Amino acid sequence: MSQTYRLNNSGQINRDKKISFKFNGKKYFGFEGDTLASALLANGIHLVGRSFKYHRPRGFFGAGVDEPYAIVQMVRNNETEPNVRATEQELFEGLEAKSVNCWPSVNFDIGAINNFFNKFLPAGFYYKTFMWPKSFWYRIYEPFIRKAAGFGVASTKYDSERYEHKYEYCDLLIAGSGPAGLSGAYAAAKNGARVILAEEKPRFGGSLLTSEVNIGNQSGKDWAEKIIAELKEMPNVTVKNRSQVFGYYDHNMLVMSEKVSDHLPKTKKFSPKQRLWYIRAKEVLISSGSIERPIVFGNNDTPGVILASAAKEYLKVYGVLVGKKPLVFTNNDSAYETAIEFKKNGIDPIILDSRNAPKSEIIEEAKNLGIEIKFSYVVVTANGYKKVKSAQIAHISSDKRNLGKIEKINCDCICVSGFWTPTIHLSSQSGNKTKFDEKIDAFVPGKSKQNETTVGSASGIFNLEETISTSFEKGYQLSKKITNNDNKVSAPQVSEKKFTNHDKFWCVPLPDKKNFKRFLDFQNDVTVSDIELALREGYRSIEHVKRYTTLGMATDQGKTSNLNGLQLVSDVENKVVPSVGHTTFRPPYTPVSIGAIVGREIGKHSKPTRKSPMHSWHEKNNAVFVDAGMWLRPRYYKKGNEGLFEASKREAENVRKNVGVCDVTTLGKIDIKGPDAAEFLNRVYTNAWLKLPVGKARYGVMLREDGIVMDDGTTTRISENHYHMTTTTAQAANVLSHLEYYLQLVWPDLNVNVVSTTEQWAGAAIAGPKSRDLLQKLFPDKDFTNNGLPFMGYTEGSLFGVPARIFRISFSGELAYELNVESDFGNFMWEKIIEVGDEFKIQPYGTEALSTLRIEMGHVAGSELDGRTVPYDNGLDGLVSKKKDFIGKRSLNREAFKAQNRQRVVGVVPLDKKTSIPEGSHLVKEATAKLPNPKLGHISASCWSVEYNNPFSLAILKDGKNMIGKKLYALSPLKKKSIPVEIVSSHYVDPKGERVRS
Amino acid sequence: MLYIECPYCGLRSQNEFAYGGDGTVKRPTLNKEVSDKEWDNFVYNRKSPRGKHVELWHHISGCRQWIKVQRDTVTHEIFKTVSADKEI
Repeated sequence: MSQTYRLNNSGQINRDKKISFKFNGKKYFGFEGDTLASALLANGIHLVGRSFKYHRPRGFFGAGVDEPYAIVQMVRNNETEPNVRATEQELFEGLEAKSVNCWPSVNFDIGAINNFFNKFLPAGFYYKTFMWPKSFWYRIYEPFIRKAAGFGVASTKYDSERYEHKYEYCDLLIAGSGPAGLSGAYAAAKNGARVILAEEKPRFGGSLLTSEVNIGNQSGKDWAEKIIAELKEMPNVTVKNRSQVFGYYDHNMLVMSEKVSDHLPKTKKFSPKQRLWYIRAKEVLISSGSIERPIVFGNNDTPGVILASAAKEYLKVYGVLVGKKPLVFTNNDSAYETAIEFKKNGIDPIILDSRNAPKSEIIEEAKNLGIEIKFSYVVVTANGYKKVKSAQIAHISSDKRNLGKIEKINCDCICVSGFWTPTIHLSSQSGNKTKFDEKIDAFVPGKSKQNETTVGSASGIFNLEETISTSFEKGYQLSKKITNNDNKVSAPQVSEKKFTNHDKFWCVPLPDKKNFKRFLDFQNDVTVSDIELALREGYRSIEHVKRYTTLGMATDQGKTSNLNGLQLVSDVENKVVPSVGHTTFRPPYTPVSIGAIVGREIGKHSKPTRKSPMHSWHEKNNAVFVDAGMWLRPRYYKKGNEGLFEASKREAENVRKNVGVCDVTTLGKIDIKGPDAAEFLNRVYTNAWLKLPVGKARYGVMLREDGIVMDDGTTTRISENHYHMTTTTAQAANVLSHLEYYLQLVWPDLNVNVVSTTEQWAGAAIAGPKSRDLLQKLFPDKDFTNNGLPFMGYTEGSLFGVPARIFRISFSGELAYELNVESDFGNFMWEKIIEVGDEFKIQPYGTEALSTLRIEMGHVAGSELDGRTVPYDNGLDGLVSKKKDFIGKRSLNREAFKAQNRQRVVGVVPLDKKTSIPEGSHLVKEATAKLPNPKLGHISASCWSVEYNNPFSLAILKDGKNMIGKKLYALSPLKKKSIPVEIVSSHYVDPKGERVRS
Repeated sequence: MLYIECPYCGLRSQNEFAYGGDGTVKRPTLNKEVSDKEWDNFVYNRKSPRGKHVELWHHISGCRQWIKVQRDTVTHEIFKTVSADKEI
């Protein structure tokens, strides 16, 4: 199909490069520099989608970010992306796009039946209709709404594109590269400020690209090009196109989304698809411009009804005619530029101007060009279903209430202009209290809250000369404030046509006995009658009207509809617009892809993976890993066909019988130094620490201030004023923060320093009856008898020349030691232990065997210290000193914590000695009692006891102390299990603790 | 994202810090008789003031110092930051 609506020579596209693309499966051609919208219009395609609620045919309304209709489903490089604006999507070779919200096709859409049942789809339809019967919601209403709602379809595939985040700092961030932005950037950059200039579109220059003005003896467009070229050369300036500053957050943090590769057929190697910039700016210059607003009239959503500024942009930037028989309907002078542009390209437009004989330079020019102008005329309704075929027009009385005789006029497009709305989103997001400007019938920024300044038409200045001179001045002033430089460049001379006042007119009244749909919100299908209905039903606050009718809640966030909505509410309510107020502007200004927000933090990159120095050894020896916080720990070492159960059982048995070695590098380690270290530990732990001798370790429990157990571990006195604390893997970071809190804030008088050494030490736990023999072989010159190194003793040795810390501590309940060497020697240590331990039948064991060993010994761990238990509950009350004060002690006096029948840790054995009890099962008195069956406790940890070869669990049980010997049931409705059990002591194996001292 | 002036490191973004709660709370001194009410107030009861408030922040990904920050809970304006040993 040829580009029949393409002009032969105008536009800023590259006619030497023809590009083919597909829309709804059909092949078309455009040029390099086109958007999907301009290329479709060049091919005479106006019908691109169906509306949200009534499935009415929809075309193009804008030429950029404000577009409410032309939302397409994009296919690029085999990836599909929903909700892309055709007016923003740049054309590339092989682009594929299709219409959304229509079935089976955009031309014949079954959902359009809604259009004829619109009586049933008024404002608040969902609230009114889907309320009853209740059972219908889940089965009928919700699936219906899900199917009917929304535009595009999200891909279910993994997004293989790369998105990046970038953090940047600057003196001055400038949002928008129109005349105001360029002027401010140039003045500030010349004065030495570090400037970032962001432009959402591919081309810089904003309105200068389409306006007929002269700046400094050249056209506005040439001036913009010259300034941009100069800025790009300056080392203190970053110039970014395709970059939308979409959010203004606290403390002058702005976020910008840069579409790095969306305009290319494929993302280049080493380049992201999009980049999200977090910019901390000392000052912000908001030059975001303004958006033309429509005049509301009957069937104003028909394809072919388009903003006058968009029609001009298609003409001047893309060399495309939106129609060949245009009607220009306006209440102000700016649309005359559109009409003149048509005329210059050999097309005869007709101007309908709602004003009564206004006079200005540009109106004169239009007249002189022979353009037909009808003053005091309005479009009453557009005719045509899938495309404008004609319009019904009429004379309007000066009070804008009465229409004259309806006349029909043939046309193929209606270019509409209802004046301009400053884009105040960023200013408002920063906390600026906006104010209503009667002169332009719109809100403008008021007093700045953060370091932001709004210039140009975003601040309500629609005069180029004033825009340029004030923006130069602001750029200079702001940069001077930051850099203290004083290089002022003067603003260039500007010549432009002077405009006269616009007409305060925004909505064409309905003719007698006609009920045309007059749309306010084009994307969400909100009409004038919807708003009127909402007001009749008692909605008053603009925020409520918005939510009830969904006005301005679509993906375009009401860029073209909000102000007309406010006008309507204020008209009906007989209030002035400022007292109605506007709804809150919230970021993002335009939709931002989830990928850009997430950035690189996906999959393996979502958090760091911590590995012990012995990790590669574990990998080589068939370790199956488990996540322990950020750490990867061996869960078990697989031999042959073993599964988790067999392998962990074998490993645990070998510890009880011979000797095993476990990687305990992940335990939190904190180095504590200072003359007051003993006193500090004495306050942190519940038990006594002042008399711990050098060379001895002690088990300690620490509480939160509310009396709940926070963590446990052993701490060793290395020398007089030097301690080595260990924490659980999970709580390492929290414990360090906890210690720092008390040292810095509560007891700054204590002379103690703490630092994390978790990653500095590699740890290996060697456990089992033969561990002493192994240690003797590893350190031949050391004495490992009970005299030489007693239980809870500490010494240092040389492991084949490597300095090692040797602790005689045990988590498994066996005779056991723990070795620490500097991390770089971790693998060396491990290999030596395995090599020398061979004769003692050593086997490595993972976290599953580790758990088995501690559970059957009744040693509490994370599953019992679960943030809900006090020391008594864990059987740790013996470690609570009655003599001294410590963190959390006062809380233990609470009635509930002292109750006689308080929960306590117990052992649980199934009566059949066969059935494993699922963790989390509830302990109840009767298995089949009426629900809710009173819960007496829960299973916190389960294992297969290798000592007794039957299942064994730990539980936190109400009145646990007096329950030993009782028969209960363990219920797991989730696993459909009801297991008769007997309560036993939690110390199932070696209750006297003889082995660790052997 | 807040911009917090660490007294040790200078202006740093909020994501380097961890929030540490109400900075006006004083822990009762050790070994002192404390009434239930007093202890309750220390452990559990916090005000949620609208406007100026002193908070604790921990420069967890920086110098690891706890600092006091006077912040407006409505506007997020930060008036003052001091090291842990000083009062606001």
